[in-house]
Amino acid sequence: MRIHCPHCGERDHREFEYLGSAKLLERPEGGDAAAFHDYVFQRKNPTGENAELWQHVMGCSAWLHVVRNVTTHEIIAVKLARDVKEAAR
Amino acid sequence: MNRIPTGGLIDRDISIPFTFDGQKYTAHPGDTLASALLANGVRLMGRSFKYHRPRGVLTAGSEEPNALMEIGEGADRTPNTRATTCEVYHGMVAQSQNRFPSLKVDMLAVNDLLSPFLGAGFYYKTFMWPKKFWEAVYEPIIRRAAGLGRLSGQADKAVYEKAWAYCDVLVIGGGPAGLMAAFTAGKGGAKVILADEDFIIGGRLNSEKTEVDGKPSHRWAAEMAAKLREMPNVRVMIRTTVTGAYDGGTYGAVERVADHLADAKGAPRQIFWRIVAKHTILAAGATERPIAFPDNDRPGIMLAGAVRTYAHRYGVAAGQRVAVFTNNDDGWRTAQDLLALGVTVTALIDTRTDVSPDIDCPVFTGAAVVGTSGRLGIERLSVRTSDGAVQQINADCLAVSGGWNPALHLTGHMGGKPTWREDIAAFVPTPNSIPNLIAVGAANGNFSTLGALKEGMAAAKAALKDLRLKQVRPHVPVADDAQGAVAAYWHVPDVKGRSWLDFQNDVTVKDIELAHRENFRSVEHMKRYTTLGMATDQGKMSNMGALAVMAELTGQSIPETGTTIFRPPYTPVQMGALGAGGAGKGFAPERFTTTHDWAVARGAVMIEVGLWHRASWFPAAGETHWRQSCDREVKMVREAVGICDVSTLGKIDIQGPDAGVFLDRVYTNMFSTLKVGKVRYGLMLREDGMVLDDGTTARLGENHFVMTTTTGAAGPVMSHLEFCAQCLWPELDVKMISVTEQWAQIAVAGPKSRDLLAGLIGDVSNASFPFMGCGNVSIGGVNARLFRISFSGELAYEIAVPAGYGAALMVELVKRAEALGGGAYGMEALNVLRIEKGFLTHAEMDGRATVADLGMSGMMSTKKDFIGKVSSQREGLLDPMREQLVGIRPVGPVRQILGGSIMVDVDAEPIRENMQGHVTSVCYSPTLDGMIGLAFVKGGHGRIGQTIRAVDLLRNLDTLCEIVSPQFHDPEGEKARG
Repeated sequence: MRIHCPHCGERDHREFEYLGSAKLLERPEGGDAAAFHDYVFQRKNPTGENAELWQHVMGCSAWLHVVRNVTTHEIIAVKLARDVKEAAR
Repeated sequence: MNRIPTGGLIDRDISIPFTFDGQKYTAHPGDTLASALLANGVRLMGRSFKYHRPRGVLTAGSEEPNALMEIGEGADRTPNTRATTCEVYHGMVAQSQNRFPSLKVDMLAVNDLLSPFLGAGFYYKTFMWPKKFWEAVYEPIIRRAAGLGRLSGQADKAVYEKAWAYCDVLVIGGGPAGLMAAFTAGKGGAKVILADEDFIIGGRLNSEKTEVDGKPSHRWAAEMAAKLREMPNVRVMIRTTVTGAYDGGTYGAVERVADHLADAKGAPRQIFWRIVAKHTILAAGATERPIAFPDNDRPGIMLAGAVRTYAHRYGVAAGQRVAVFTNNDDGWRTAQDLLALGVTVTALIDTRTDVSPDIDCPVFTGAAVVGTSGRLGIERLSVRTSDGAVQQINADCLAVSGGWNPALHLTGHMGGKPTWREDIAAFVPTPNSIPNLIAVGAANGNFSTLGALKEGMAAAKAALKDLRLKQVRPHVPVADDAQGAVAAYWHVPDVKGRSWLDFQNDVTVKDIELAHRENFRSVEHMKRYTTLGMATDQGKMSNMGALAVMAELTGQSIPETGTTIFRPPYTPVQMGALGAGGAGKGFAPERFTTTHDWAVARGAVMIEVGLWHRASWFPAAGETHWRQSCDREVKMVREAVGICDVSTLGKIDIQGPDAGVFLDRVYTNMFSTLKVGKVRYGLMLREDGMVLDDGTTARLGENHFVMTTTTGAAGPVMSHLEFCAQCLWPELDVKMISVTEQWAQIAVAGPKSRDLLAGLIGDVSNASFPFMGCGNVSIGGVNARLFRISFSGELAYEIAVPAGYGAALMVELVKRAEALGGGAYGMEALNVLRIEKGFLTHAEMDGRATVADLGMSGMMSTKKDFIGKVSSQREGLLDPMREQLVGIRPVGPVRQILGGSIMVDVDAEPIRENMQGHVTSVCYSPTLDGMIGLAFVKGGHGRIGQTIRAVDLLRNLDTLCEIVSPQFHDPEGEKARG
């Protein structure tokens, strides 16, 4: 896989570390236990496109919002997670 | 000798001596081991895997299943080397494999007589009983008899490398299609890599007697290669096999840099390349396939195209009396070419009835070969003519052609399935099987030279267009446009005897019939039941034939039957190349503190902590056991003063107006209220409520904090903080950076630490530097940071200086400590000191412990949200019978405790069901004069004072213990505050 880091350009996936679903951006506000249960543990397991979080650990340390086809490994879009989070507000 | 007097791409003026099975021969530059052996009249080159049948070379390329050799001696010996691709170098030592005692007299050929018992699936049937005989008797015998080459058993001393390359257009294969593609793309200004597995560019152009642009085809290829090498934007890589196609336009390739040299002179033997290409043009050509007929595996029986390669490229006649057996026009070419070279052609046997080849030799149409004979090599063959009569024909070489299979393997590496083309009776690549890859020429089923040239050019033009580069119109050379007709013909029907499909794994047509009878009919089942296609050639020779046989048996078409999936690598890759840089320490990173050299010079015993090397203990004169040193160092800290390098703890510099708020959200306790010049201990959770890490954070300024993490969690914590800042709260104005390596930090611990620092820094009394205080100080003119923190429980300080001053500070501190009856201490003493205090490491924070389990619920702020807060209150995590952290001390006759022991009740049997917890950390405490331990015990916080057993069943220890507070030493913390 080749991931296009918005800061550093296209790099091999070995420079990045995978965390998990981009759902992790949506941390619940307040103390609702059910909402946290969903946030921490519940994940969809899609074939095809999935939004994920990766960190460019061997580069600029930026957290990236990566839309990836998990069947073909095609990288469809990469944005800074910070930008995605701020846009959602 | 079988060398034809003239011709071939070899240098006849130079002779290269080499040996095969101890016998001396000579080769010429340009020869492969196979061509040199054939030139020397050697037909017998190997024994088959299972039945030890005598075998000769079948092909002239990397698809060779039979002629596998051990090359080199000692540690350099490489098994399973294909003689057909192996260039002969001066003094090469080649040996045949899998025979005993010799290739000509192989005792294990008895297997061939036992073949009725060794058919497909024999493993599962024949050796079932008695059961215990399998490992003791049957398996060793079978393993001895079956096999390929031997490993040297010694460490490989050769150097291998890994490398990356990037290009606009990767052209795989340097035949007519690849050359034209690379030339066109190069002219258009694209960055091009042309990779070919051969050592001469040209592919089949070097193997045929044909012309391109009015020149001999091999000369045209050489001229094109020379032109490409002159282009600065084109890289021509010979001896480079593209082995795998991966996502993102990434390809694996092996370049054999020095395999062909007698002396590598320091060059790497092989380089494993990762090539990243925007576009790829697959011009890998095609591989010829055999026809199955009885005893078709006798040495001297070869593929017709290979016979032409040996004749034209190597100037070798594969035999003196050659017969040709074909189902296609291409086979005729072999007969014509050999006749033109003066070789006797004893028969041309064509399976087709509706053809009339005009060739000056005995011709049989509608005929088939039904048997061969000859000792250790073919001497005669039986031909069943169109009227059913069987005729004997003399031949010392039988050239066979069953048509050609496009070399489409790479297009299957991402799960693509090939498409069947009835007109050429072959699978061709399905477009878009690999993104941005186009197959051209023979690899695409276009077998004419002109067609290959045109397709190569068209693919390159398409790539140029997509790359928005200059469009070019190179001249299309004049070349042969014959496609050659073929009629599918896979195996000769209605025959007696065994017809071989997979030469390398000894699979016959009968084995496929057996698999069918026993209902292993899907191609994937058939493959695994018969082992067909599972050898090192991955079925390049055999897959099609076997599919066709299975299709006949099931009454399905070949496309309905399907094909097995091709996976990387295209040809075998040596582990040495894949593991390049990984031998020994390889590129594994190591981290050294600034005091490392000093510690080693002091005789410290070093230990690896993660990637760090740290001093474990500092043996003093007369100490012979680590415990002596450790006990002394612990006492030194408790009674005088000890010095320890603690630089390996993670240090994260956190700045910004929102730094305090940010820390409030990542720590369970408050940090925004921390005063400048103070330090606070903090616990950090994962979002699931488990403890992630602990450490102290100092507030150096209003908007400036320095966090410490444990050594092991420094990286994960940094990543976690970045996640929190970037992904959760990007609105917070806070920035962080790791400064672990920028600062050397040294602990000064013990009752005399204040005296020591008084001489170095000045007044560090409680009044000016209270417990958990921090601030900037000057040490010998160097700006340093001083922290009043303690991981030992004693009065203690930590001094941080810019890393360049670490070693000097250490020397100075240890000198002053020794003057006060103290000295340096290492990791062992550090660990004892913290266990005596019940301080945590990741032995306790093991990812399963909550703050409550650790007995630190008071650190959970109720005034704010923080990572893990909600999840830590999950019902199961509040269970009072969870395993909780306690201290343990032996109270029975057994005085020892071992880490990892399980806890069971006093009268319980030590089995899993009765497990009450486990021991996490253990040490001998010189302070308490006895073993102590930290342990998780179910409901432990309520069981202080009770007894329990620590049992280690592996090391046979059963210790009665009292459950105590984990703070063994100075539980009130008065010493640290003193």
